[in-house]
Amino acid sequence: MKLSLGKWLLPSYVAFAFIFMMIPIAYTFVFSFNETEKSNIAWKRFTFENWLNVCDQQEVCNAFGNSMAIAVIATLVATVLGTAIAIALGRYKFKGRGATNLLLFLPMATPEVVMGAGLAAQFLNVGIGKGFWTIVIGHIMFTLSFVVVTVKARVATLDPRLEEAGKDLYGSPASVFWRITFPLLLPGIMAAAMLAFALSFDDFIITQFNAGAETTFPKFIYTAAARGIPPEANVLGSAVFFVAIAIVLIVQLRSSLKAKRLAKK
Amino acid sequence: MAFVALGQGSSKTVEPTRSSRVAFVLLAPGVIYLGLFFLTPLFSLIITSLKTASMTGEIGMYDYGLEFGNYAYAVSQYGPQIFRSFVYATVATVMALLISYPIAYFIGVKARNKPVLQALLLTLVIAPFFISFLLRTLAWKQIFSNESPVTQVLQALTLLPADQNIIGTDFAVIFGLTYNFIPFMTLPIYTSLERLDLRLVEAGSDLYASPAKTFWRITLPLSMPGVISGTLLTFIPISGDYVSASRDFLGDSDTSMLGNVVEATYLRMQDYPTASALSVMLMAAIVIIVSTYVRRAGTEDLL
Repeated sequence: MKLSLGKWLLPSYVAFAFIFMMIPIAYTFVFSFNETEKSNIAWKRFTFENWLNVCDQQEVCNAFGNSMAIAVIATLVATVLGTAIAIALGRYKFKGRGATNLLLFLPMATPEVVMGAGLAAQFLNVGIGKGFWTIVIGHIMFTLSFVVVTVKARVATLDPRLEEAGKDLYGSPASVFWRITFPLLLPGIMAAAMLAFALSFDDFIITQFNAGAETTFPKFIYTAAARGIPPEANVLGSAVFFVAIAIVLIVQLRSSLKAKRLAKK
Repeated sequence: MAFVALGQGSSKTVEPTRSSRVAFVLLAPGVIYLGLFFLTPLFSLIITSLKTASMTGEIGMYDYGLEFGNYAYAVSQYGPQIFRSFVYATVATVMALLISYPIAYFIGVKARNKPVLQALLLTLVIAPFFISFLLRTLAWKQIFSNESPVTQVLQALTLLPADQNIIGTDFAVIFGLTYNFIPFMTLPIYTSLERLDLRLVEAGSDLYASPAKTFWRITLPLSMPGVISGTLLTFIPISGDYVSASRDFLGDSDTSMLGNVVEATYLRMQDYPTASALSVMLMAAIVIIVSTYVRRAGTEDLL
Protein backbone atom coordinates (compact mmCIF):
# COMPACT_ATOMS: atom_id res chain seq x y z
CA MET A 1 0.00 0.00 0.00
CA LYS A 2 2.73 2.37 0.97
CA LEU A 3 4.69 1.51 -2.16
CA SER A 4 1.84 2.24 -4.53
CA LEU A 5 1.16 5.55 -2.82
CA GLY A 6 4.77 6.59 -3.36
CA LYS A 7 4.57 5.47 -6.95
CA TRP A 8 1.52 7.60 -7.72
CA LEU A 9 2.37 10.63 -5.64
CA LEU A 10 4.78 12.24 -8.11
CA PRO A 11 2.75 11.61 -11.30
CA SER A 12 -0.42 12.93 -9.65
CA TYR A 13 1.41 15.99 -8.40
CA VAL A 14 2.80 16.64 -11.88
CA ALA A 15 -0.63 16.20 -13.48
CA PHE A 16 -2.12 18.60 -10.94
CA ALA A 17 0.67 21.12 -11.53
CA PHE A 18 0.10 21.06 -15.27
CA ILE A 19 -3.64 21.56 -14.87
CA PHE A 20 -2.85 24.51 -12.61
CA MET A 21 -0.46 25.94 -15.21
CA MET A 22 -3.10 25.70 -17.92
CA ILE A 23 -5.94 27.37 -15.98
CA PRO A 24 -5.28 30.98 -17.11
CA ILE A 25 -4.72 29.85 -20.69
CA ALA A 26 -8.03 27.99 -20.73
CA TYR A 27 -9.71 30.98 -19.10
CA THR A 28 -8.39 33.36 -21.76
CA PHE A 29 -9.54 31.00 -24.51
CA VAL A 30 -13.03 30.46 -23.07
CA PHE A 31 -13.61 34.17 -22.57
CA SER A 32 -12.68 34.85 -26.19
CA PHE A 33 -16.14 33.41 -26.97
CA ASN A 34 -17.98 35.64 -24.53
CA GLU A 35 -20.59 38.04 -25.80
CA THR A 36 -19.80 41.29 -24.09
CA GLU A 37 -21.28 44.71 -23.83
CA LYS A 38 -19.00 46.74 -21.64
CA SER A 39 -16.58 44.41 -19.93
CA ASN A 40 -15.40 40.86 -20.42
CA ILE A 41 -15.52 39.86 -16.75
CA ALA A 42 -18.73 37.91 -16.16
CA TRP A 43 -19.79 35.17 -18.56
CA LYS A 44 -22.84 36.13 -20.63
CA ARG A 45 -23.41 34.18 -23.82
CA PHE A 46 -21.42 32.06 -26.25
CA THR A 47 -20.61 33.68 -29.58
CA PHE A 48 -18.21 33.34 -32.52
CA GLU A 49 -18.57 37.05 -33.20
CA ASN A 50 -15.25 38.01 -31.58
CA TRP A 51 -13.33 35.48 -33.65
CA LEU A 52 -15.05 36.36 -36.91
CA ASN A 53 -14.70 40.12 -36.59
CA VAL A 54 -11.46 40.50 -34.67
CA CYS A 55 -10.58 43.76 -36.31
CA ASP A 56 -13.80 45.48 -35.31
CA GLN A 57 -11.67 46.59 -32.42
CA GLN A 58 -9.21 48.49 -34.55
CA GLU A 59 -6.98 49.43 -31.66
CA VAL A 60 -6.32 45.78 -30.80
CA CYS A 61 -5.57 44.88 -34.38
CA ASN A 62 -3.22 47.80 -34.92
CA ALA A 63 -1.37 46.99 -31.72
CA PHE A 64 -1.12 43.36 -32.78
CA GLY A 65 0.24 44.30 -36.23
CA ASN A 66 2.83 46.57 -34.63
CA SER A 67 3.96 43.77 -32.32
CA MET A 68 4.32 41.41 -35.28
CA ALA A 69 6.33 43.91 -37.32
CA ILE A 70 8.60 44.75 -34.38
CA ALA A 71 9.16 41.08 -33.55
CA VAL A 72 10.00 40.18 -37.17
CA ILE A 73 12.57 42.96 -37.57
CA ALA A 74 14.10 42.45 -34.12
CA THR A 75 14.31 38.68 -34.67
CA LEU A 76 16.06 39.02 -38.04
CA VAL A 77 18.69 41.43 -36.76
CA ALA A 78 19.25 39.69 -33.42
CA THR A 79 19.56 36.27 -35.09
CA VAL A 80 22.19 37.47 -37.59
CA LEU A 81 24.24 39.36 -34.98
CA GLY A 82 23.88 36.61 -32.38
CA THR A 83 24.76 33.74 -34.73
CA ALA A 84 27.95 35.53 -35.77
CA ILE A 85 28.96 35.95 -32.14
CA ALA A 86 28.11 32.33 -31.33
CA ILE A 87 30.30 31.06 -34.18
CA ALA A 88 33.16 33.32 -33.09
CA LEU A 89 32.91 32.10 -29.50
CA GLY A 90 32.65 28.45 -30.43
CA ARG A 91 35.19 28.31 -33.21
CA TYR A 92 37.89 30.92 -32.77
CA LYS A 93 40.62 31.80 -30.34
CA PHE A 94 40.78 35.49 -29.52
CA LYS A 95 41.73 37.88 -26.78
CA GLY A 96 38.89 39.30 -24.74
CA ARG A 97 36.82 36.15 -24.66
CA GLY A 98 36.09 36.61 -20.97
CA ALA A 99 35.00 40.21 -21.48
CA THR A 100 32.76 39.18 -24.38
CA ASN A 101 31.12 36.47 -22.30
CA LEU A 102 30.51 38.94 -19.49
CA LEU A 103 29.01 41.47 -21.91
CA LEU A 104 26.63 38.77 -23.19
CA PHE A 105 25.76 37.53 -19.71
CA LEU A 106 24.93 40.96 -18.29
CA PRO A 107 21.75 41.68 -20.30
CA MET A 108 20.33 38.35 -19.15
CA ALA A 109 21.14 39.22 -15.54
CA THR A 110 19.67 42.72 -15.69
CA PRO A 111 16.06 43.36 -14.67
CA GLU A 112 14.08 44.62 -17.64
CA VAL A 113 13.03 47.76 -15.83
CA VAL A 114 16.70 48.77 -15.56
CA MET A 115 17.35 48.15 -19.27
CA GLY A 116 14.12 49.91 -20.20
CA ALA A 117 14.75 52.99 -18.07
CA GLY A 118 18.42 53.09 -19.12
CA LEU A 119 17.64 53.01 -22.81
CA ALA A 120 14.91 55.62 -22.33
CA ALA A 121 17.32 57.84 -20.39
CA GLN A 122 19.85 57.49 -23.21
CA PHE A 123 17.30 58.43 -25.88
CA LEU A 124 16.29 61.37 -23.73
CA ASN A 125 19.86 62.58 -23.17
CA VAL A 126 20.74 62.24 -26.85
CA GLY A 127 17.46 63.76 -27.93
CA ILE A 128 15.93 60.89 -29.93
CA GLY A 129 12.14 60.75 -29.95
CA LYS A 130 10.56 57.45 -28.88
CA GLY A 131 8.47 55.33 -31.22
CA PHE A 132 8.48 52.21 -33.39
CA TRP A 133 12.23 52.13 -34.03
CA THR A 134 13.26 52.75 -30.44
CA ILE A 135 11.19 49.70 -29.48
CA VAL A 136 12.96 47.68 -32.19
CA ILE A 137 16.36 48.84 -30.90
CA GLY A 138 15.46 47.75 -27.37
CA HIS A 139 14.19 44.36 -28.49
CA ILE A 140 17.31 43.56 -30.52
CA MET A 141 19.39 44.49 -27.49
CA PHE A 142 17.69 42.21 -24.96
CA THR A 143 17.11 39.20 -27.27
CA LEU A 144 20.68 39.13 -28.64
CA SER A 145 22.21 37.25 -25.70
CA PHE A 146 19.51 34.57 -25.81
CA VAL A 147 20.27 33.97 -29.48
CA VAL A 148 23.98 33.62 -28.71
CA VAL A 149 23.38 31.12 -25.90
CA THR A 150 21.06 28.99 -28.04
CA VAL A 151 23.25 28.92 -31.16
CA LYS A 152 26.42 28.42 -29.11
CA ALA A 153 24.99 25.20 -27.68
CA ARG A 154 24.58 23.97 -31.25
CA VAL A 155 28.08 25.07 -32.31
CA ALA A 156 29.50 23.06 -29.41
CA THR A 157 27.97 19.86 -30.83
CA LEU A 158 29.46 20.36 -34.31
CA ASP A 159 32.12 17.88 -35.31
CA PRO A 160 35.07 20.00 -36.56
CA ARG A 161 36.21 17.07 -38.72
CA LEU A 162 33.29 17.68 -41.07
CA GLU A 163 34.56 21.16 -41.85
CA GLU A 164 38.11 19.85 -42.16
CA ALA A 165 36.91 17.25 -44.64
CA GLY A 166 35.32 20.04 -46.68
CA LYS A 167 38.58 21.95 -46.69
CA ASP A 168 40.56 18.82 -47.63
CA LEU A 169 38.27 18.46 -50.61
CA TYR A 170 39.30 21.94 -51.76
CA GLY A 171 36.14 23.73 -50.65
CA SER A 172 36.68 27.48 -50.33
CA PRO A 173 36.05 28.87 -46.81
CA ALA A 174 32.78 30.36 -48.07
CA SER A 175 31.50 27.13 -49.57
CA VAL A 176 32.59 25.14 -46.50
CA PHE A 177 30.56 27.54 -44.40
CA TRP A 178 27.44 27.57 -46.58
CA ARG A 179 27.49 23.87 -47.54
CA ILE A 180 28.58 22.34 -44.23
CA THR A 181 28.62 24.62 -41.19
CA PHE A 182 25.43 26.57 -41.86
CA PRO A 183 23.14 23.59 -42.59
CA LEU A 184 24.40 21.87 -39.45
CA LEU A 185 23.76 24.99 -37.38
CA LEU A 186 20.37 25.68 -38.92
CA PRO A 187 18.23 23.88 -36.28
CA GLY A 188 19.96 25.88 -33.56
CA ILE A 189 19.55 29.11 -35.51
CA MET A 190 15.85 28.40 -36.06
CA ALA A 191 15.36 27.64 -32.37
CA ALA A 192 17.14 30.88 -31.49
CA ALA A 193 14.99 32.86 -33.92
CA MET A 194 11.81 31.38 -32.46
CA LEU A 195 12.98 32.24 -28.96
CA ALA A 196 13.86 35.81 -29.99
CA PHE A 197 10.48 36.21 -31.68
CA ALA A 198 8.61 34.96 -28.61
CA LEU A 199 10.61 37.20 -26.27
CA SER A 200 10.11 40.26 -28.46
CA PHE A 201 6.44 39.64 -29.13
CA ASP A 202 5.62 39.21 -25.44
CA ASP A 203 7.87 41.97 -24.11
CA PHE A 204 6.16 44.64 -22.14
CA ILE A 205 8.50 46.43 -19.71
CA ILE A 206 11.31 47.52 -22.08
CA THR A 207 8.63 48.39 -24.62
CA GLN A 208 6.66 50.59 -22.27
CA PHE A 209 9.71 52.69 -21.41
CA ASN A 210 10.68 53.22 -25.04
CA ALA A 211 7.39 53.25 -26.92
CA GLY A 212 6.33 56.86 -26.61
CA ALA A 213 2.90 57.04 -28.23
CA GLU A 214 3.44 53.83 -30.20
CA THR A 215 1.44 50.88 -28.97
CA THR A 216 2.09 47.13 -29.05
CA PHE A 217 -0.15 44.20 -28.15
CA PRO A 218 1.17 43.81 -24.57
CA LYS A 219 1.13 47.57 -24.08
CA PHE A 220 -2.46 47.71 -25.28
CA ILE A 221 -3.47 45.03 -22.76
CA TYR A 222 -1.67 46.82 -19.94
CA THR A 223 -3.30 50.15 -20.72
CA ALA A 224 -6.73 48.62 -21.24
CA ALA A 225 -6.54 46.51 -18.07
CA ALA A 226 -7.92 49.29 -15.90
CA ARG A 227 -11.15 49.59 -17.90
CA GLY A 228 -11.30 45.91 -18.90
CA ILE A 229 -9.85 44.40 -22.04
CA PRO A 230 -12.05 43.60 -25.05
CA PRO A 231 -12.62 39.91 -25.93
CA GLU A 232 -10.80 40.52 -29.22
CA ALA A 233 -7.57 40.62 -27.20
CA ASN A 234 -8.42 37.15 -25.89
CA VAL A 235 -9.01 36.01 -29.48
CA LEU A 236 -5.62 37.23 -30.70
CA GLY A 237 -3.83 35.91 -27.61
CA SER A 238 -5.42 32.47 -28.01
CA ALA A 239 -4.73 32.39 -31.75
CA VAL A 240 -1.03 33.11 -31.19
CA PHE A 241 -0.97 30.38 -28.56
CA PHE A 242 -2.37 27.71 -30.89
CA VAL A 243 -0.13 28.67 -33.80
CA ALA A 244 2.96 28.57 -31.55
CA ILE A 245 2.01 25.22 -30.02
CA ALA A 246 1.44 23.79 -33.52
CA ILE A 247 4.88 24.97 -34.65
CA VAL A 248 6.59 23.51 -31.58
CA LEU A 249 4.81 20.17 -31.95
CA ILE A 250 5.73 19.93 -35.66
CA VAL A 251 9.38 20.74 -34.92
CA GLN A 252 9.51 18.19 -32.11
CA LEU A 253 7.75 15.51 -34.12
CA ARG A 254 10.14 15.98 -37.02
CA SER A 255 13.21 15.80 -34.83
CA SER A 256 12.01 12.69 -33.01
CA LEU A 257 11.15 11.01 -36.34
CA LYS A 258 14.60 11.90 -37.61
CA ALA A 259 16.17 10.42 -34.49
CA LYS A 260 14.18 7.24 -35.06
CA ARG A 261 15.35 6.99 -38.67
CA LEU A 262 18.96 7.52 -37.62
CA ALA A 263 18.60 4.88 -34.94
CA LYS A 264 17.39 2.37 -37.54
CA LYS A 265 20.40 2.86 -39.80
CA MET B 1 14.45 22.85 -27.60
CA ALA B 2 15.09 26.50 -27.58
CA PHE B 3 14.22 27.12 -23.97
CA VAL B 4 16.30 24.30 -22.64
CA ALA B 5 19.41 26.10 -23.81
CA LEU B 6 18.34 28.95 -21.60
CA GLY B 7 20.42 29.01 -18.48
CA GLN B 8 22.90 26.41 -19.53
CA GLY B 9 26.63 26.86 -19.82
CA SER B 10 28.23 25.13 -22.76
CA SER B 11 29.33 21.85 -21.30
CA LYS B 12 31.93 20.98 -23.85
CA THR B 13 33.49 23.48 -26.18
CA VAL B 14 35.42 22.14 -29.09
CA GLU B 15 38.91 23.56 -28.77
CA PRO B 16 38.89 26.70 -30.91
CA THR B 17 41.63 26.62 -33.47
CA ARG B 18 41.59 29.34 -36.07
CA SER B 19 43.03 32.84 -36.26
CA SER B 20 41.42 35.74 -34.56
CA ARG B 21 40.88 38.14 -37.46
CA VAL B 22 37.72 36.42 -38.66
CA ALA B 23 36.57 36.23 -35.06
CA PHE B 24 36.72 40.00 -34.70
CA VAL B 25 34.71 40.51 -37.87
CA LEU B 26 32.07 38.14 -36.53
CA LEU B 27 32.05 39.66 -33.06
CA ALA B 28 32.27 43.35 -33.84
CA PRO B 29 28.70 44.15 -34.97
CA GLY B 30 26.98 42.45 -32.04
CA VAL B 31 29.47 43.64 -29.46
CA ILE B 32 29.29 47.23 -30.73
CA TYR B 33 25.50 46.99 -30.67
CA LEU B 34 25.49 45.90 -27.02
CA GLY B 35 28.01 48.60 -26.23
CA LEU B 36 25.77 51.27 -27.73
CA PHE B 37 22.40 50.07 -26.52
CA PHE B 38 23.14 48.14 -23.35
CA LEU B 39 26.33 49.48 -21.73
CA THR B 40 26.04 53.19 -22.51
CA PRO B 41 22.40 53.23 -21.36
CA LEU B 42 23.65 52.00 -17.98
CA PHE B 43 26.00 54.99 -17.90
CA SER B 44 23.15 57.23 -19.03
CA LEU B 45 21.24 55.93 -16.06
CA ILE B 46 24.05 56.84 -13.67
CA ILE B 47 24.42 60.31 -15.23
CA THR B 48 20.67 60.89 -15.09
CA SER B 49 20.53 59.76 -11.48
CA LEU B 50 22.87 62.64 -10.57
CA LYS B 51 21.00 65.38 -12.43
CA THR B 52 19.55 68.37 -10.61
CA ALA B 53 16.22 70.07 -11.08
CA SER B 54 16.29 72.63 -13.85
CA MET B 55 16.56 76.32 -12.95
CA THR B 56 13.50 77.02 -15.07
CA GLY B 57 11.48 74.76 -12.78
CA GLU B 58 9.77 73.04 -15.71
CA ILE B 59 8.48 69.52 -15.11
CA GLY B 60 10.68 66.88 -16.74
CA MET B 61 13.62 69.26 -17.30
CA TYR B 62 16.88 68.57 -15.49
CA ASP B 63 20.43 69.88 -15.64
CA TYR B 64 23.57 67.75 -15.54
CA GLY B 65 25.04 67.68 -12.05
CA LEU B 66 26.39 65.60 -9.21
CA GLU B 67 23.37 65.46 -6.96
CA PHE B 68 24.04 62.42 -4.79
CA GLY B 69 21.12 63.51 -2.66
CA ASN B 70 18.87 61.90 -5.27
CA TYR B 71 19.85 58.52 -3.87
CA ALA B 72 19.11 59.51 -0.28
CA TYR B 73 15.80 60.96 -1.42
CA ALA B 74 14.88 57.80 -3.33
CA VAL B 75 15.64 55.57 -0.34
CA SER B 76 13.84 57.77 2.18
CA GLN B 77 10.83 58.14 -0.09
CA TYR B 78 10.52 54.59 -1.37
CA GLY B 79 12.21 52.45 1.30
CA PRO B 80 9.14 50.24 1.91
CA GLN B 81 8.73 49.46 -1.79
CA ILE B 82 12.41 48.53 -2.11
CA PHE B 83 12.16 46.25 0.91
CA ARG B 84 8.90 44.73 -0.34
CA SER B 85 10.41 43.94 -3.75
CA PHE B 86 13.12 41.84 -2.22
CA VAL B 87 10.75 40.07 0.16
CA TYR B 88 8.29 39.29 -2.65
CA ALA B 89 11.08 38.18 -4.99
CA THR B 90 12.59 35.91 -2.32
CA VAL B 91 9.29 34.28 -1.35
CA ALA B 92 8.16 33.84 -4.96
CA THR B 93 11.52 32.35 -5.95
CA VAL B 94 11.41 29.82 -3.11
CA MET B 95 7.81 28.94 -3.98
CA ALA B 96 8.69 28.52 -7.66
CA LEU B 97 11.61 26.27 -6.69
CA LEU B 98 9.44 24.04 -4.50
CA ILE B 99 6.76 23.76 -7.18
CA SER B 100 9.16 23.28 -10.09
CA TYR B 101 11.66 20.76 -8.74
CA PRO B 102 9.30 17.75 -8.72
CA ILE B 103 8.05 18.66 -12.21
CA ALA B 104 11.59 18.90 -13.52
CA TYR B 105 12.51 15.64 -11.77
CA PHE B 106 9.58 13.83 -13.32
CA ILE B 107 10.35 15.05 -16.85
CA GLY B 108 14.12 14.63 -16.61
CA VAL B 109 14.36 11.35 -14.69
CA LYS B 110 11.06 9.45 -14.63
CA ALA B 111 10.09 10.23 -18.23
CA ARG B 112 13.62 9.79 -19.55
CA ASN B 113 12.92 6.59 -21.47
CA LYS B 114 9.59 7.82 -22.84
CA PRO B 115 10.61 10.40 -25.46
CA VAL B 116 7.07 11.17 -26.58
CA LEU B 117 5.83 11.83 -23.05
CA GLN B 118 8.94 13.85 -22.33
CA ALA B 119 8.51 15.99 -25.44
CA LEU B 120 4.85 16.52 -24.64
CA LEU B 121 5.53 17.56 -21.05
CA LEU B 122 8.30 19.95 -22.11
CA THR B 123 5.90 21.55 -24.55
CA LEU B 124 3.41 21.97 -21.71
CA VAL B 125 6.07 23.59 -19.52
CA ILE B 126 6.80 26.24 -22.13
CA ALA B 127 3.16 26.54 -23.26
CA PRO B 128 2.45 29.54 -20.99
CA PHE B 129 5.16 31.47 -22.86
CA PHE B 130 3.00 31.41 -25.97
CA ILE B 131 0.22 33.49 -24.52
CA SER B 132 0.92 36.98 -23.29
CA PHE B 133 1.80 36.99 -19.60
CA LEU B 134 -0.41 40.05 -19.23
CA LEU B 135 -3.42 38.03 -20.41
CA ARG B 136 -2.53 35.21 -18.03
CA THR B 137 -2.18 37.61 -15.12
CA LEU B 138 -5.52 39.22 -15.98
CA ALA B 139 -7.09 35.75 -16.06
CA TRP B 140 -5.93 35.16 -12.47
CA LYS B 141 -7.27 38.58 -11.54
CA GLN B 142 -10.71 37.59 -12.72
CA ILE B 143 -10.54 34.11 -11.22
CA PHE B 144 -9.79 35.68 -7.82
CA SER B 145 -12.08 38.68 -8.16
CA ASN B 146 -14.80 39.24 -5.57
CA GLU B 147 -17.55 38.20 -7.97
CA SER B 148 -15.79 35.01 -9.00
CA PRO B 149 -17.15 31.59 -7.92
CA VAL B 150 -13.72 30.70 -6.53
CA THR B 151 -13.78 33.55 -4.06
CA GLN B 152 -17.41 32.93 -3.17
CA VAL B 153 -16.84 29.25 -2.52
CA LEU B 154 -13.86 30.05 -0.30
CA GLN B 155 -16.01 32.55 1.58
CA ALA B 156 -18.92 30.10 1.89
CA LEU B 157 -16.54 27.53 3.38
CA THR B 158 -15.35 30.31 5.73
CA LEU B 159 -11.81 29.67 4.54
CA LEU B 160 -11.83 33.31 3.63
CA PRO B 161 -13.52 36.05 5.71
CA ALA B 162 -16.54 37.47 3.91
CA ASP B 163 -15.15 40.99 3.77
CA GLN B 164 -11.68 39.89 2.64
CA ASN B 165 -10.52 40.43 -0.95
CA ILE B 166 -7.99 38.14 -2.55
CA ILE B 167 -6.95 40.66 -5.19
CA GLY B 168 -4.77 43.41 -3.80
CA THR B 169 -3.14 41.30 -1.09
CA ASP B 170 0.47 40.19 -0.68
CA PHE B 171 -0.74 36.67 -1.39
CA ALA B 172 -2.24 37.57 -4.77
CA VAL B 173 0.88 39.39 -5.94
CA ILE B 174 3.26 36.64 -4.82
CA PHE B 175 0.93 34.06 -6.37
CA GLY B 176 1.03 35.88 -9.73
CA LEU B 177 4.81 36.33 -9.60
CA THR B 178 5.33 32.66 -8.75
CA TYR B 179 2.99 31.46 -11.49
CA ASN B 180 4.57 33.62 -14.20
CA PHE B 181 8.09 32.42 -13.51
CA ILE B 182 7.62 28.67 -12.94
CA PRO B 183 8.83 27.77 -16.48
CA PHE B 184 12.04 29.77 -15.94
CA MET B 185 12.73 27.63 -12.88
CA THR B 186 11.62 24.29 -14.30
CA LEU B 187 13.66 24.30 -17.53
CA PRO B 188 17.20 24.77 -16.16
CA ILE B 189 16.56 22.23 -13.37
CA TYR B 190 15.21 19.81 -15.96
CA THR B 191 18.36 20.23 -18.07
CA SER B 192 20.54 19.40 -15.07
CA LEU B 193 18.46 16.38 -14.08
CA GLU B 194 18.32 15.12 -17.65
CA ARG B 195 22.10 14.64 -17.52
CA LEU B 196 22.04 13.02 -14.09
CA ASP B 197 23.79 9.64 -14.24
CA LEU B 198 21.25 7.27 -12.72
CA ARG B 199 23.97 4.75 -11.89
CA LEU B 200 25.10 7.14 -9.16
CA VAL B 201 21.62 7.05 -7.62
CA GLU B 202 21.61 3.26 -7.86
CA ALA B 203 25.00 3.15 -6.21
CA GLY B 204 23.55 5.15 -3.34
CA SER B 205 20.74 2.69 -2.74
CA ASP B 206 23.09 -0.28 -3.23
CA LEU B 207 25.07 1.13 -0.35
CA TYR B 208 21.92 1.04 1.80
CA ALA B 209 21.21 4.77 1.76
CA SER B 210 17.54 5.62 2.24
CA PRO B 211 15.79 7.26 -0.75
CA ALA B 212 15.74 10.54 1.18
CA LYS B 213 19.45 10.35 1.87
CA THR B 214 20.22 9.42 -1.73
CA PHE B 215 18.27 12.47 -2.84
CA TRP B 216 20.02 14.86 -0.45
CA ARG B 217 23.50 13.50 -0.99
CA ILE B 218 23.44 12.63 -4.71
CA THR B 219 20.53 13.91 -6.78
CA LEU B 220 20.20 17.40 -5.31
CA PRO B 221 23.92 18.28 -5.35
CA LEU B 222 24.21 17.10 -8.95
CA SER B 223 21.28 19.25 -9.99
CA MET B 224 22.63 22.36 -8.26
CA PRO B 225 23.77 24.09 -11.49
CA GLY B 226 20.18 23.97 -12.68
CA VAL B 227 18.82 25.13 -9.34
CA ILE B 228 21.23 28.06 -9.36
CA SER B 229 20.45 29.24 -12.87
CA GLY B 230 16.74 28.70 -12.26
CA THR B 231 16.89 30.76 -9.09
CA LEU B 232 18.66 33.61 -10.85
CA LEU B 233 16.38 33.47 -13.90
CA THR B 234 13.43 33.78 -11.52
CA PHE B 235 14.70 36.16 -8.86
CA ILE B 236 16.16 38.79 -11.19
CA PRO B 237 13.11 39.44 -13.38
CA ILE B 238 10.76 39.28 -10.38
CA SER B 239 12.76 41.90 -8.48
CA GLY B 240 12.09 44.40 -11.27
CA ASP B 241 8.59 43.26 -12.24
CA TYR B 242 5.69 45.66 -11.90
CA VAL B 243 2.83 43.96 -13.70
CA SER B 244 1.62 41.54 -11.01
CA ALA B 245 1.89 44.19 -8.30
CA SER B 246 0.11 46.83 -10.39
CA ARG B 247 -3.26 47.87 -9.05
CA ASP B 248 -4.84 47.13 -12.44
CA PHE B 249 -3.65 43.54 -12.12
CA LEU B 250 -3.20 41.60 -8.87
CA GLY B 251 -2.00 44.34 -6.57
CA ASP B 252 -3.12 47.43 -4.75
CA SER B 253 -1.50 50.67 -3.68
CA ASP B 254 0.15 48.97 -0.69
CA THR B 255 1.68 46.14 -2.72
CA SER B 256 3.80 48.46 -4.88
CA MET B 257 7.21 47.12 -5.75
CA LEU B 258 10.38 48.85 -6.89
CA GLY B 259 9.35 48.40 -10.52
CA ASN B 260 6.04 50.16 -9.92
CA VAL B 261 7.89 53.09 -8.39
CA VAL B 262 10.33 53.32 -11.30
CA GLU B 263 7.43 53.18 -13.74
CA ALA B 264 5.50 55.87 -11.88
CA THR B 265 8.44 58.21 -11.28
CA TYR B 266 9.87 57.84 -14.77
CA LEU B 267 6.85 57.63 -17.04
CA ARG B 268 4.16 59.47 -15.09
CA MET B 269 5.91 61.96 -12.83
CA GLN B 270 8.84 62.46 -15.22
CA ASP B 271 11.11 62.45 -12.18
CA TYR B 272 13.97 60.95 -14.17
CA PRO B 273 16.71 61.39 -11.52
CA THR B 274 14.78 59.50 -8.83
CA ALA B 275 13.75 56.74 -11.25
CA SER B 276 17.35 56.42 -12.43
CA ALA B 277 18.72 56.37 -8.88
CA LEU B 278 16.32 53.54 -8.01
CA SER B 279 17.30 51.61 -11.15
CA VAL B 280 21.01 52.03 -10.44
CA MET B 281 20.51 50.73 -6.90
CA LEU B 282 18.53 47.74 -8.17
CA MET B 283 21.24 46.96 -10.70
CA ALA B 284 23.97 47.27 -8.06
CA ALA B 285 22.07 44.96 -5.71
CA ILE B 286 21.58 42.39 -8.48
CA VAL B 287 25.27 42.48 -9.44
CA ILE B 288 26.27 41.93 -5.80
CA ILE B 289 23.76 39.12 -5.31
CA VAL B 290 24.65 37.36 -8.57
CA SER B 291 28.40 37.52 -8.06
CA THR B 292 28.34 36.32 -4.44
CA TYR B 293 25.77 33.64 -5.25
CA VAL B 294 27.72 32.34 -8.21
CA ARG B 295 31.01 32.44 -6.31
CA ARG B 296 29.57 30.57 -3.32
CA ALA B 297 28.01 27.97 -5.55
CA GLY B 298 31.20 27.64 -7.54
CA THR B 299 29.75 27.63 -11.04
CA GLU B 300 31.65 30.41 -12.68
CA ASP B 301 30.55 29.82 -16.25
CA LEU B 302 26.88 30.03 -15.47
CA LEU B 303 24.54 30.90 -18.33
